[in-house]
Amino acid sequence: MATLKLKNLKKGFEGLQIIKGIDLEVLDKEFVVFVGPSGCGKSTLLRLIAGLEDVSSGHIELDGRDITEVSPAKRDLAMVFQTYALYPHMTVRKNMSFALDLAGGDKAEVQRKVDDAARILELTPLLDRKPRQLSGGQRQRVAIGRAIVRNPKIFLFDEPLSNLDAALRVQMRLELARLHQELQATMIYVTHDQVEAMTLANKVVVLNGGRIEQVGSPLELYHHPANLFVAGFLGTPKMAFLKGKVSAVDTGGCEVSLDAGLQLALPHSSAALKVGDPVTLGIRPEHLELATAGQPGLSVTADVSERLGSDTFCHVLADSGEPLTVRLRGDLNNPYGQRLQLHLGAEHCHLFDANGDAVSHALRAAA
Amino acid sequence: MTTQTANKAQLRDTRKAVGRRSSNPGWFLVSPSVLLLLLWMIVPLGMTLYFSLIRFNLLYPGENEFVGLENFSFFLTDSGFLPGIWNTVVLVLSVLIISVVGGVLVAALLEASDFIGRGIVRVMLISPFFIMPTVGALVFKNLIFHPVSGILAALWRAFGAQPIDWLANYPLASIIIIVAWQWLPFAILLLMTAIQSQDLEQKEAARLDGAGPGAIFWHLTLPHLSRPIAVVVMIETIFLLSVFAEIFTTTNGGPGFASTNLAYLIYNQALVQFDVGMASAGGLIAVVIANIAAVILVRMIGKNLTDKG
Ligand SMILES: Nc1ncnc2c1ncn2[C@@H]1O[C@H](COP(=O)(O)OP(=O)(O)O)[C@@H](O)[C@H]1O
Ligand SMILES: [Mg+2]
Repeated sequence: MATLKLKNLKKGFEGLQIIKGIDLEVLDKEFVVFVGPSGCGKSTLLRLIAGLEDVSSGHIELDGRDITEVSPAKRDLAMVFQTYALYPHMTVRKNMSFALDLAGGDKAEVQRKVDDAARILELTPLLDRKPRQLSGGQRQRVAIGRAIVRNPKIFLFDEPLSNLDAALRVQMRLELARLHQELQATMIYVTHDQVEAMTLANKVVVLNGGRIEQVGSPLELYHHPANLFVAGFLGTPKMAFLKGKVSAVDTGGCEVSLDAGLQLALPHSSAALKVGDPVTLGIRPEHLELATAGQPGLSVTADVSERLGSDTFCHVLADSGEPLTVRLRGDLNNPYGQRLQLHLGAEHCHLFDANGDAVSHALRAAA
Repeated sequence: MTTQTANKAQLRDTRKAVGRRSSNPGWFLVSPSVLLLLLWMIVPLGMTLYFSLIRFNLLYPGENEFVGLENFSFFLTDSGFLPGIWNTVVLVLSVLIISVVGGVLVAALLEASDFIGRGIVRVMLISPFFIMPTVGALVFKNLIFHPVSGILAALWRAFGAQPIDWLANYPLASIIIIVAWQWLPFAILLLMTAIQSQDLEQKEAARLDGAGPGAIFWHLTLPHLSRPIAVVVMIETIFLLSVFAEIFTTTNGGPGFASTNLAYLIYNQALVQFDVGMASAGGLIAVVIANIAAVILVRMIGKNLTDKG
């Protein structure tokens, strides 16, 4: 059992507010990923949880116990650092047993725990090596092993894969997912890589500028971003944004006239939405398609295309100058420079008001 | 990383091959400096060797006949030789221990503490190293250890005790203190720089692993410092084997031979007794001893230096 509660957590460095009030609940056995652009305070938040930084105000509760003032050693959390932070003068075995040795654990028991962790991580043949004799991926595994042997209440990971090469990153990502299943442990994972967030998390916490933008399951966030930031941050290629104005509203939806020159009836509506309001329409590459003959569509000019074999990502420019990305069939001929007509599925469009907050579907809001 | 090393090795191999093929012009080009270095080393060494084998006393000019190893046997059986060796060993080891232990502690404390004026304290801690040995020793002799004008004498008197003539009663210990005062800053300087390069995340990981400041110091900081400590020991040993000015300006090696080390003994032979032959023999013996010390040092801690961290 391990649940973590953050209550209005704030942290400033020399008067500069970095974490600006975080409320969050992490449930038992959850894999929570903090994701956000570099410098948004992810690491700081994780270090606050670990106790490596003192909070400026707010509270941290672990299993209902307030641990805000508890020293890092007594919090029963383990952290895996981006640089691995292995102890360079100790063997892999000693690195992994260090915490238990310090705690004065029974020798045979410590040995058994280290051997178990080494087996899970396939480190057994490396136990007598020094960290400098290991590859990046192996060091990473030792760092994880060091956390596992302690059987902590919560595992904290700070960008553990960002120092690995691309292929190893994919492999370690899978191993981490497997490890989470095997250990049934609560994990908090920090990354700036939205792919890691989408693939690993039960719960994604999108951070921006020291605030939480949205919390939810990966698909929830992908399909129902709460605001422009989340919509633009998750998904590759990015969601396209088209500016426009509301030209008609009723309870069942609204009509938006885009600057790019298209009049579109949308199933979005809210009480606050008025005719003439500036809005932003968002649409993902997979929800754009070429309009069939006679279908009304958005006129765009094709720019370069990226052909991946399975798909072609065609970058296009609307007449208003706004860029869009369209996902098309893989065997498409390069349409560079051609005029295309795009069909926007109204059902898949996202609508954001002047503040950047999402306007929900009228039907879903009513339900 | 491995590929990088492999590449480097490959590069080295290629370079070696190239070097072998075109070795003649290479040798030709470096020969002036090699020759100069050889002369630089060989000439004095050869002259010393030559002097050590002849009778060469400035008081009896012209009587420079070959005497074989007589100078060596005279030097080795000189009543000052054994005390000289012993004092050299005691001096070197004591100063090494004081400067390494003190250096580690001061560097660790400076790193751990955070107070206003830390920068100034650092500079002040290091400054004795920049004071000439002669000046430092004179300051100690006249202002600190002196039984009349010294600070310690004043302190003793303040408590109603009889002031002690430190240099007369504890000559070697006094000199050890003077020399340590000069070399401790060197150790602090080196170790402080090394301690600052210690990885912060390692310490944080250790904190999460439940290590207190003591455990972090013992298990992380000390191993991290092993290499700079080896450097300090190596360099200081080289200089401490030949401490001279501190002895010359304070005790003159006395009373008796109580504070005479090898360097001072050789000086004593050459310039007090004007026996250049015997001084040369002593110099060569000192070279042998320095080499023995070097071999022991390299055996003991050299691994630390060549071992890739
Ligand atoms: N110890 C510190 N002192 C001052 N500023 C800090 C400190 N740690 C982090 N910051 C600042 O806090 C902000 C967030 O940092 P961080 O949490 O590391 O971001 P990231 O989301 O990339 O992990 C950055 O602007 C950084 O400069
Ligand atoms: Mg970070």
